[in-house]
Amino acid sequence: MIIISLLSDFCLLIGGIFTLTGAVGLLRLPNFYTRLHAASVTESLAAPLLIIGIILDTGFTLDSAKLIIIIIIMVVSSPTITHALCRAAAHGGYAPDMQKKKQRQADNRAKEPK
Amino acid sequence: MIENLHLLINVFLLAFLVLIVFAAINTNNLFVATMLFGIFSFVTALLFLDLDAVDVAFTEAAVGAGFTTVLMLSALRLTGAFENVKHRQSVLGLFIVVLTGAALIYGTADFPRMGDPNSAVHLNLAPEFIQLTQEKIDIPNVVTAVLASFRGYDTFGETVVVFSAGVAVLLLLGMGQVEPKKEPEQNVVLRIVVKPIIALILIFGLYVQFHGDFGAGGGFQAGVIFASAFILYSLVFGESYTRKVIPAAILPRLAALGVLIYGVTGLASLLFDKPFLDYNALSSNPVSGQHTGILLVEAGVGLAVFATVLLIFYSFSGVNHNE
Amino acid sequence: MNELLGHFNYWIVIFLMMMGLYMVIASSNLIKKLIGLGVFQSSVFILYITFGKIKDGSPPIITQNVEIYSNPLPHVLILTAIVVGVATTSVGLALIVRIQEAYGSTDEDDIYDKDDFDIKSRSIT
Repeated sequence: MIIISLLSDFCLLIGGIFTLTGAVGLLRLPNFYTRLHAASVTESLAAPLLIIGIILDTGFTLDSAKLIIIIIIMVVSSPTITHALCRAAAHGGYAPDMQKKKQRQADNRAKEPK
Repeated sequence: MIENLHLLINVFLLAFLVLIVFAAINTNNLFVATMLFGIFSFVTALLFLDLDAVDVAFTEAAVGAGFTTVLMLSALRLTGAFENVKHRQSVLGLFIVVLTGAALIYGTADFPRMGDPNSAVHLNLAPEFIQLTQEKIDIPNVVTAVLASFRGYDTFGETVVVFSAGVAVLLLLGMGQVEPKKEPEQNVVLRIVVKPIIALILIFGLYVQFHGDFGAGGGFQAGVIFASAFILYSLVFGESYTRKVIPAAILPRLAALGVLIYGVTGLASLLFDKPFLDYNALSSNPVSGQHTGILLVEAGVGLAVFATVLLIFYSFSGVNHNE
Repeated sequence: MNELLGHFNYWIVIFLMMMGLYMVIASSNLIKKLIGLGVFQSSVFILYITFGKIKDGSPPIITQNVEIYSNPLPHVLILTAIVVGVATTSVGLALIVRIQEAYGSTDEDDIYDKDDFDIKSRSIT
């Protein structure tokens, strides 16, 4: 089944590329929230893709059934983890950079008819 | 080809470990050091998996990367020391460390090559244990067979050590009282997602406990996984609700009950004129006697570890910090 | 090159052990000392598991069509050691919490100052 083998290689490759993207984003982005977004790519998208690649390679056995359960749990829990981190940062008072929004609000207030 | 890939992963993971520890030494922030230690434990678990130690990797991931990180974060919260740790350069320390390291590296010249099948480690006991497991105990997981049956004494001692650690933490900290918060936090997403995940974690803990004979698993991992479900519940819903589900007073008794189950299984063999912890006496057929013995003993270990882990967590979260 | 790769694990383990020891000696904060102790313990575990690995072996779970199993004895030892290690770490952390309550800080120098520890006569005055 050469098409399944090709699909499995493709999924593994794309999963690897997304992992690299997430890692580069984690290091290079300026703000905590943007870095969190990059990290969430790794755990929500890249890891399930890698596991799908392995499932396609293994075929239809007990091991791939366990891997499907792992994917379901991972897809449910990873965005929740990102949400929990973001919530904790906001609760701790780490505000995102509101510079541009405040500027826009000030401009709008200046343009109001007096 | 596969061996070369294993070797490459091995080299890469070890180099990664060195970098992590280097970063942990140089940082001033204690929170960063704790998180780096958690990452260190997890990468060590991956390394164990690459070195064919599946049970050990399981235990290290559950206990080292999971529970130790939670405990250290609780201790950091209680001591309040997060940043501005004084950095102290110690030339004498560096000298001692370099000297000891050089002496140890000189000593490793006699070590066998990694993976050598003819080294002295693999000659005497290991093939015998693998053979004996297939004949006398007949379960696939050799590590569980050796842990629970052939070296059952050591595991009994280990269970008692875990229980004594729980007692020591009780003596030092006590379990305290936790009042329910006046306005509980509204974290809707977390509450809804965590409920089915807690159910899954509990089922997985039971699966690991009873499946320890056939695959990776056993009492220790199962106890920690089972306790981590309750720790997750208390992190999301609040500690006071967890204390209503499992009252604090019952936990020391559960831990003692676990150790007692282990000891009574050993004593039961004495009633049939066999040595202590010889499971052959527990049934008419020696092999099924071994199965029964291993089942009871792992249940005792799982109960003791679950109760102790939850007890230690209750103690840390019940300390009133007055600052 | 083969010699280097055969012993690479051991040298890295010793390097990690020494870094952990340096953390214990040279940190003045008690929690960092405990982290250094944990690093030391984990590196010893890696050493034992490296002893147990056999080339072309498989995990010691008896399956069909497998001839060489990795040595299960170090796995048993290290399983016990990991659990005992976490037990001692938790007692150490509980002690640190109590020290913080008693002395007001987890820094070694501050604790010595509070205790009026006289370094020459090695007694608490």
